[in-house]
Amino acid sequence: MRFVTVRNIVVAALLIFLALVPIYSTMSGNMFLMTLFTRIVILAIAAVSLNLIMGFGGMVSFGHAAYLGIGGYVFGSMATEGITSGFIQWPLALAVCALFALITGALSLRTRGVYFIMITLAFAQMIYYVAVSLDKYGGDDGLTIYTRSQFAGLIDLSNRVVFYYVCFASLLGAIYLVWRIVNSRFGMVIQGARSNDRRMQSIGFPTYRYRLTCFVIAGMMCGLAGVLLANQADFISPATMHWTRSGDLIVMAVLGGMGSVIGPVLGAVALLVLEETLPHIISVIGGALTGQSMAAAREYWALVLGPMLLLVVLFARGGIDGILTGRHRG
Amino acid sequence: MADALLKVEGISKRFGGVVASDNIHIDVRPGELHAIIGPNGAGKTTLIGQLAGELAPDSGHIYFDGQDITAQPAPVRAALGLARSFQITSLFLDFKALTNVVLAVQPNLGHSFHFWADARNEPALIEPALAALKRVGLEHRAAVTVANMSHGEHRQLELAMAIANRPRLLLLDEPMAGLGPEESSRMVAMLRELKREYPILLVEHDMEAVFALADRITVLVYGRVIASGDPATIRANAEVRDAYLGEQDEEFVDG
Ligand SMILES: Nc1ncnc2c1ncn2[C@@H]1O[C@H](COP(=O)(O)OP(=O)(O)O)[C@@H](O)[C@H]1O
Ligand SMILES: [Mg+2]
Repeated sequence: MRFVTVRNIVVAALLIFLALVPIYSTMSGNMFLMTLFTRIVILAIAAVSLNLIMGFGGMVSFGHAAYLGIGGYVFGSMATEGITSGFIQWPLALAVCALFALITGALSLRTRGVYFIMITLAFAQMIYYVAVSLDKYGGDDGLTIYTRSQFAGLIDLSNRVVFYYVCFASLLGAIYLVWRIVNSRFGMVIQGARSNDRRMQSIGFPTYRYRLTCFVIAGMMCGLAGVLLANQADFISPATMHWTRSGDLIVMAVLGGMGSVIGPVLGAVALLVLEETLPHIISVIGGALTGQSMAAAREYWALVLGPMLLLVVLFARGGIDGILTGRHRG
Repeated sequence: MADALLKVEGISKRFGGVVASDNIHIDVRPGELHAIIGPNGAGKTTLIGQLAGELAPDSGHIYFDGQDITAQPAPVRAALGLARSFQITSLFLDFKALTNVVLAVQPNLGHSFHFWADARNEPALIEPALAALKRVGLEHRAAVTVANMSHGEHRQLELAMAIANRPRLLLLDEPMAGLGPEESSRMVAMLRELKREYPILLVEHDMEAVFALADRITVLVYGRVIASGDPATIRANAEVRDAYLGEQDEEFVDG
C-alpha cells in the first residue's frame, strides 16, 4: 500500500482547499464562493451516501433525492410549528428517512436491475407529489424557513463560517463512516451481494436483510444532507427532490468514481463547479472565437457538459478517481 | 449401517413440460461418496439445486441430519452445513482469490452485522481462508483477481470455497467440468483426500473419476433414478448400458 500517490495528493489538496474556503472567502470578501462550496459540500454528503448503496452495493437508486427532501421537510415543518431545537429536528429527520428507506427498500430490494431503478424512482416521485400537495407547508411554491436549527447556543448555524464547518465536518464524518462500513464484515457482505448474490446466498448469507440495512443507512445519511441543505437555503420545496436531482447525484458518483469512498466527493465538486463556470467559459471562448458577444451561448452549457460526462463514462469507467489511480481501464 | 446424513424422499420438479426430477429417492451416509451420473439434461444440476435450497421441489421432502429442510432457504441450509459447488463457475470475479474464500469463511463466525472493525486483516477470517486455498493448491494465487485466473484455477477455487464454508456434507456439481486430463487427475486426487473428511454427493460426467471415487452410484435419466448401487453393480447393469452408453461409451467400457 503506497500513500504518496497522485490520487492521494489530489484528494488531500482538495480537502485542504475545502477546509480553507471560509478563510479565503472572509479575507477576500467573496461570499459567493462560500455559498457555492457550502452547497457543494452538502451535496457531496448526499453523493457519498448514494455511492454506499450504488457503488458498493450495486443498488442503483434513482430516487435518492427523496431523502434530501424528507430531511428538509421534517426540519422545515418543525421550524414552522415552532420546534426549533436541532436536537429534536435532526434525529427526527433521520428517523423519518430511516422509516421511508425501510418501507421503500423492503419492496424495492425484491427487484433487480432496471426494475429496481424504476421502483426507487416511483417512490421518490410519490413523495415529491406528497410535498406538492402539502398546502400547509407551501405546496408547489415551497416553504420559507425563518429559523435555522438551534443548538442551545452551542453552535450558531446562522453564522456562515460556522455553518460551513458544520457541513464540512459532516462530510468528513460521512466519508469516514462509509469507509469503515465498506471495510467491515458488513461491507464485505454488501459488496459480495453486488458481485454475485446467488453465491452469497449459497455460502450462507441471507443477503436481503444486509442490503436493506445498507439502504436505510444511506437514506439516513442523505437525510442529514437534506437538513443541512434546507438550513442553508432557509427554504425547502418539492424541487429539492425532483427526479433530475436524483440524476445529478448519480452523475456525481459516476463522474467521480463509484469504486472508492472519496470518488463521489470529486464528482460533486467537478459537476457543480462546472455547472457554475461553464456558462462563463463558453461565452468567453465563444466571444474570443467569433468576436461577437456570446451571452446567448451561456444557455447551452448543458450541451457541453453532457458530452463531457459521456466521455468520462465511456473512457474512464472508474471516473475521475479511476483516472487518478490508473484504474480507468477497469 | 449408519443412518443417512442427507435423505431425499420422493422429490419431483417440473419445468413446464420437462420433468427434471421424477420422484427421486436418494441418500448420502456419513463417510460416503455417492456419485450421480446421467446424460446431459438428466436433471443432475436441478437435483443439486433443490438440495442446496435454490430451487423448491414441487413435491417430496429433503432431510438433513434428521431435520426436514425442504422449506429452508439456501443460506439456512448452508449454515446447517450443506456446501455446494457450481458446475458453471460462480465466483466473485472482481475480487481477489483470497477474498472469495474469506467470504465463504465469514458465515462460520456468526452474523455479519459488524459495521466498524476492519475485516481485511482479521485473522479469524484470513487464516482459515488461506488454509482452504492451500488445500486446493492455490495459496500462491491468493492475491490474484479471480477474473484473471484460468478455468482450472476457478474449479479449484470453487472447491476451496466449499471447504472453507465448514461443511458437514459437500454437494459437488461436476468439479471436473472443462478440465484437461492432467488437471482432472489432480482433481481426482484432491477429491480422494476430501472424501476422507466429508460425506460427498458428487455429480460427475467423467466416468473414470466416478468409478475411481464412488462408494455408491446412482444413475439418473430424464429425471428418474434408473439404477443405484455399488460401482460393480452399476457397471454390470444392462439398463444403464442401454440408457447411458450411447453418449459415453468408450469411457464407460474402459473405466
Ligand atoms: N430453470 C429452468 N427452466 C426450465 N428448464 C430447466 C431449468 N433448469 C433446467 N431445466 C431443464 O431441466 C432438465 C434438467 O436440466 P439439468 O438439471 O441442468 O440437467 P443436467 O445437470 O443433468 O445436465 C433439462 O431438460 C433442462 O433443460
Ligand atoms: Mg448439470
